[in-house]
Amino acid sequence: MAGIKVDKYSPKDFKSDQEVRWCPGCGNHAVLNAVQKALSELGIPRENFTFISGIGCSSRFPYYMNTYGFHGIHGRASVIATGVKTANPALSVWQITGDGDALAIGGNHFIHAIRRNIDINIILFNNEIYGLTKGQYSPTSEKGLVTKTSPFGTVEEPFSVGELVIGAKGRFFARTIDANVTLSTQIYIEAAKHKGTSVIEVLQNCIIYNDGIHDFITDKEVRDDRTVILRHGEPMIFGKNGNKGLILDGLKLRIITLGENGFSEKDLLIHDASEPNPGIHYMLANMRYPDYPVALGVIRAVPGPTYETALENQIIEIQKNATVKCMDDLLKSGSVWHVD
Amino acid sequence: MGKKSKVIEKEEVVIRFSGDSGDGMQLAGTLFSDTAALYGNDLSTFPDYPAEIRAPQGTVGGVSGFQVHLGRSEIYTPGDFADVLVAMNPAAIKANAKWTKEGGTIIYDQDNFTEKNIRKAGYDTDPIKEENLKNYNVIAAPVSSMVKEALKDYGLDPRSVLRTKNMFALGMVYWLFDRRLDYTEKFIDRKFQKKPQIAEANKIALRAGYYYAETIEALTPVYKISPAKIAKGTYRNICGNTATAWGLIAAAEKAGLRLFIGSYPITPATGILEELAARKDLGVKSFQAEDEIAGICTALGASFAGNLAVTSTSGPGLALKSEAIGLAVMAELPIVIVNVQRGGPSTGLPTKTEQADLMQALYGRSGESPVVVIAASTPSDCFKYSFEAARIAVEHMTPVLLLTDSFLANGSEPWQVPEMKDLPAINPPYAGKSELPFLPYERDKVKFSRFWAVPGTPGLEHRIGGLEKTIRGTVSYIPENHERMVKLRARKVEKVIEKVPDLKVYGNNSGELLVVGWGGSYGYLATAVRELQSEGYNVSFVNFNYINPLPKNTGDVFRRFRKIAVCELNMGQFSDYLRIKHQQFSYEQINKVQGLPFTVSEIKEKCAKILEGK
Repeated sequence: MAGIKVDKYSPKDFKSDQEVRWCPGCGNHAVLNAVQKALSELGIPRENFTFISGIGCSSRFPYYMNTYGFHGIHGRASVIATGVKTANPALSVWQITGDGDALAIGGNHFIHAIRRNIDINIILFNNEIYGLTKGQYSPTSEKGLVTKTSPFGTVEEPFSVGELVIGAKGRFFARTIDANVTLSTQIYIEAAKHKGTSVIEVLQNCIIYNDGIHDFITDKEVRDDRTVILRHGEPMIFGKNGNKGLILDGLKLRIITLGENGFSEKDLLIHDASEPNPGIHYMLANMRYPDYPVALGVIRAVPGPTYETALENQIIEIQKNATVKCMDDLLKSGSVWHVD
Repeated sequence: MGKKSKVIEKEEVVIRFSGDSGDGMQLAGTLFSDTAALYGNDLSTFPDYPAEIRAPQGTVGGVSGFQVHLGRSEIYTPGDFADVLVAMNPAAIKANAKWTKEGGTIIYDQDNFTEKNIRKAGYDTDPIKEENLKNYNVIAAPVSSMVKEALKDYGLDPRSVLRTKNMFALGMVYWLFDRRLDYTEKFIDRKFQKKPQIAEANKIALRAGYYYAETIEALTPVYKISPAKIAKGTYRNICGNTATAWGLIAAAEKAGLRLFIGSYPITPATGILEELAARKDLGVKSFQAEDEIAGICTALGASFAGNLAVTSTSGPGLALKSEAIGLAVMAELPIVIVNVQRGGPSTGLPTKTEQADLMQALYGRSGESPVVVIAASTPSDCFKYSFEAARIAVEHMTPVLLLTDSFLANGSEPWQVPEMKDLPAINPPYAGKSELPFLPYERDKVKFSRFWAVPGTPGLEHRIGGLEKTIRGTVSYIPENHERMVKLRARKVEKVIEKVPDLKVYGNNSGELLVVGWGGSYGYLATAVRELQSEGYNVSFVNFNYINPLPKNTGDVFRRFRKIAVCELNMGQFSDYLRIKHQQFSYEQINKVQGLPFTVSEIKEKCAKILEGK
């Protein structure tokens, strides 16, 4: 890195010398490209990036990044990342995880990282299946999915990532599609700039064990009608012809067509990602096809105090008036006596 | 202060404060200990309390005790049997009568010996008669009614009045030992700064107890224990958990590192997290995690980021941390894991002591994953060994497991405080920039440890993790590479031995019997062996603080004794370990698993039998 100016990075500066070993056609390749592109545009020195992962296909990610990286153990990436960020708040800390790693074995750490609002960026690769162990259902697998461990279909309800994030007092939630590098890059940049825990759900395709699971919204033919890309401050418009929109009808979201029944653009909801009340964000994050378009983009981004800064500030505040300034002071503080 | 009728000079004396878990016995015992220490006695304490915060009142299960042993010479243990027992209710008699010396003094609150309480404790009639305590100096003191009388004009509610009973009892004990009240009075003023009425009530109760003892003159003999002859210096009382926490802060300061603790509350280790959480004045970052796993994993993250990283726990928590310790072994990051042992397995006996996590510490992980294991032996040397654990972890880039136990954690003793300038230096092995490109698993040629490249350092970007790697940090499944790395990691831990001090033999360097202990049973074994030696037995003693690796002279010492007896509070884990490491010797065993420390007398008795060849 020596000699390279911070603002002169290109995506290839973030490629490591390791051969990328994901299956050909796996959605992870596109995520890697988008992340490398985003990092090159952030203006952060490369040595300050740290990538932490758990276990799973996506968790090999740090090996492919020419940054600091720590490939951890199953489910524990959130806590390793929390330790890194708490120890050195100057670092830009990224957690790479999957639906099993983050929501099953690591579910407890995931919600507590979000609750603390530690400033890490969590990219959650959601392919609704266990890939590395070769095809068992995950906590996001749709009910009834037939897999190796559910040969007659699952009988349990899946988690919705956005719902869980908001339920855990999450302040940043975004959703993107693996293949949409442009949208993903924008989202990663916004996540990096957001102070606090950022969760980005990537709808990722596992070409081997769950191929095409997101096709119903990602196929070129249908994606404009079945997804809505939310942008802060802009009306919620979607559709191939750009003529559909979302309004609030009573307590529910409703799809309307512009120009029909007297609806015009001014009737549409304007996306406000910074609204602290999670009500609308919750509804947007939970929109499911065919009732609604699936929301993409930054759904929620509400600034708030972060854990590592609050802890540092507390230490600084206490040190201002402390009588114990070093270990020798502590050793001789309180009830001591002298033998001569 | 009053004139004492009979005064007995004693070398040492054991006092046990005992009552319901809400009776304030821990506080009374602590205040008495502090006063004795300030007076210049050497001492050792042992709190013994139920796991329930408020166990059923008046029952034996709810008895909370605090034992203190003080003397004019070196005191290594809280003592086997009490010379003085303070019993606030019949259950306290039930729990402690057999631990009180014949001829000793028993002070009890006769107001609490109601029919109901007597039944609850499991007696039918008079506990004193049922226990056949006629050879004891038994003092029935109407503690409850005396404090009611003393405080009748202060307008306090009856509950608050009865809460001062412990101070009344403490006052009586102070008279018995001819001690001053000023330290305790100052403490009361501090503690109840915002409630002057309560402070006043407690001080009145304390003095009332003192004068009551003087007036009845029944409390004879009065004990006199002169100050101990101790080395010049500055002293304080310290318990094991605080000493552990302080050793870690001292190590961080010496190494020029920030201290990070990631931990989850668990009895009896919580005191370490609590003490470190309070030390923000020294810049300690404490993180109360959502579980044990998060505790160690945040610490590992902090270690990767360049902090001195620590996690603290007790047995069941150590089990939960196993996988992450394996990751630390593989990633070769420095981390100190403090395990304050308690009775196990599972939830076991959370507040009681045991040494049964040794095998878990040594071997409780998947794969070939050696770690350094060391053990502290007294409350105050927890400081020395937590400092040492941190030094080894940092300088050798390895996880280090420090074993203490419930007895050390809660027990306290006077401690001559060190000066920072006298503690050894700690030099973190930072990666230099001269040897670019940085190879994450390149090793120091002497210590076999890798180098620490901290995120934020330009040019040293690298990846580590739980998968087996080559020297370059590339994931590798090559069979020979795995075997080479397994051996290198083992060699690295073995290399720690270079700075491990030789075993010190207490007594003759050769002889009939070598008593072998490790960690926290040191005090009892040292005292037992000292007494056996003075009785003419040919017996010596060694105590192990370094378990893995073992001191270099271990075999050398063992060879010079005809018999070796390994004493430990488990079923024989250290003796089994010695059978692996030093197979040429045969080992006798003295074991105990009752959640209690050894007693000096049982060790002496068993050693004598071994010597007689029984």
